[in-house]
Amino acid sequence: MRAINIVMKRELDSYFSTHLAYVFILIFLVLSGVFTFYLGNFYERGQADLLPFFNFHPWLYLFLVPALSMRLWAEELKSGSIELLLTLPVTIVDAVAGKFLAAWIFAGISLMMTFPLWLTVNYLGDPDNGVIFTSYLGSWLMAGSFLAIGSCMSALSKSQVIAFILCGVVCLLFVLAGYPLVLNSIKTWVPLVVVDSVASLSFLTHFNSISRGIISLRDVLYFCSVQVVWLAATVVVINARQSR
Amino acid sequence: MIEISHLVKSFGSLVAVDNLSLRIVPGEILGFLGPNGAGKSTTMKILTGYLKPTSGTVKVNGINVEQDPVSVKQLIGYLPEGAPAYEEMTTRRFLTFIAELRGYTGLEIVKRLDHVVDVMSLSSVIDRRIETLSKGFKRRVGIAQAIIHDPKILILDEPTDGLDPNQKHQVRELIRGLSKDKIIIVSTHILEEVTAVCSRAVIISDGKVLEDCEPSTLETRSKYHGAVTLICSCETDFSRMRVATKALVADMPPIVDEDAFRLTLFQSESSRPLLLHVTKLLEEVGVVAEVVSEKGRLDEVFRSITKSAEVLA
Repeated sequence: MRAINIVMKRELDSYFSTHLAYVFILIFLVLSGVFTFYLGNFYERGQADLLPFFNFHPWLYLFLVPALSMRLWAEELKSGSIELLLTLPVTIVDAVAGKFLAAWIFAGISLMMTFPLWLTVNYLGDPDNGVIFTSYLGSWLMAGSFLAIGSCMSALSKSQVIAFILCGVVCLLFVLAGYPLVLNSIKTWVPLVVVDSVASLSFLTHFNSISRGIISLRDVLYFCSVQVVWLAATVVVINARQSR
Repeated sequence: MIEISHLVKSFGSLVAVDNLSLRIVPGEILGFLGPNGAGKSTTMKILTGYLKPTSGTVKVNGINVEQDPVSVKQLIGYLPEGAPAYEEMTTRRFLTFIAELRGYTGLEIVKRLDHVVDVMSLSSVIDRRIETLSKGFKRRVGIAQAIIHDPKILILDEPTDGLDPNQKHQVRELIRGLSKDKIIIVSTHILEEVTAVCSRAVIISDGKVLEDCEPSTLETRSKYHGAVTLICSCETDFSRMRVATKALVADMPPIVDEDAFRLTLFQSESSRPLLLHVTKLLEEVGVVAEVVSEKGRLDEVFRSITKSAEVLA
């Protein structure tokens, strides 16, 4: 636990000391504003909720999370600092968990920075703050799942560009799996069971139900297990690198 | 104590370490020599638990590295090749991070930091980002990181690479000062470094141990060991000298430089000790010459050992 904490602190520290943190938060805020107000018709809808804001999160994460996660391991592989880290008394599990937690906490900080939006709806109307809270939680859980995929993709390559693209593609698959376009197109020729299981694999399906204000154990468990599976895959990839 | 037995590491079809066995006891400073790609770094990476061996075992103080890597890593201080670090951090933050992972807390961290900063003379760069430091300082930060927990075993992969002569001297002094009850393994290309700091020299090539001896023994293996070079000032002296010394070098042809009036005679079993014989002879003949006694040339030993291995392969 101690080692995880130390690795996490160092990683988080490097986000802020390389200015990555500030650039990322700025872009995240600008884009989420653009999506909410222009594409989401925040005002025109005339409803005091944050649905237009949260609806775009899967798409926003699709290219922002890979930007955050691509450096997790690729940078260490490139600079050789991974050799330093893994010859210090830490296990690979500690290192993977610490780095992931840093990225996830940072994603949480970015999300919290959108609080002016929450203040705005509360000023304009009388929104259901419970729904908003669960939506934030759902969005954060989903960001964690994106990041876990990104962590694994980053461990696959020394190149951050490759890590970025791989992560984007895999995440796209996970998002698209629940999109009506995909589901409708396969509905006609595969059994319903398959359609349901494809849909149940999707980030969208689970995120939508949480952002409607319902925290079901199923959805939370889904996101958590996606994270665990991909982080375990990261451990396997790094282990394989050592015994190649 | 480090026990390496029948260590093999292959990357695909390339065999980097080939059935290597070594036993290293506390107090030894072992110089790891070999041409590039000989398997020095790979062996060090396995010792420190970074790479897993294809077969064979490494035991450190009786603990198998593969079975309990974390315990072994606690005993070892390691400077990887090229001294990698988290370059965006300042020296202070970086060393604090290492000290924390080494298990120190609170005031202990400050104490350990002060100590290594003092030993490696890092106080001028303590609050600078590592990426802005010169190669020499980066290397020193890397060494500081490796000795911060006063490890029983210190493994340094090319610690003086890229340092200027003063810094090299400083690092060698440091290594000499450390030893006593520690095991220190240093890999290097610089042969003089081995005679300067090491108590044991191991030459490897193609993943195999070719030579394992004291550095001074290595020097005696050179054909230049005990050789004598004579330099005359004029041609008449030179030719007289050549005739006079002929008897001394019956079994080993000398190197002759006619233009510089230089003559290098090699010592053989019959002419030992050569220097004494030569000075006596010169007195008898009445030739004035500059006499230079040669030490062994490590470069030449190194080349002959690694080359003959290539020929055998």
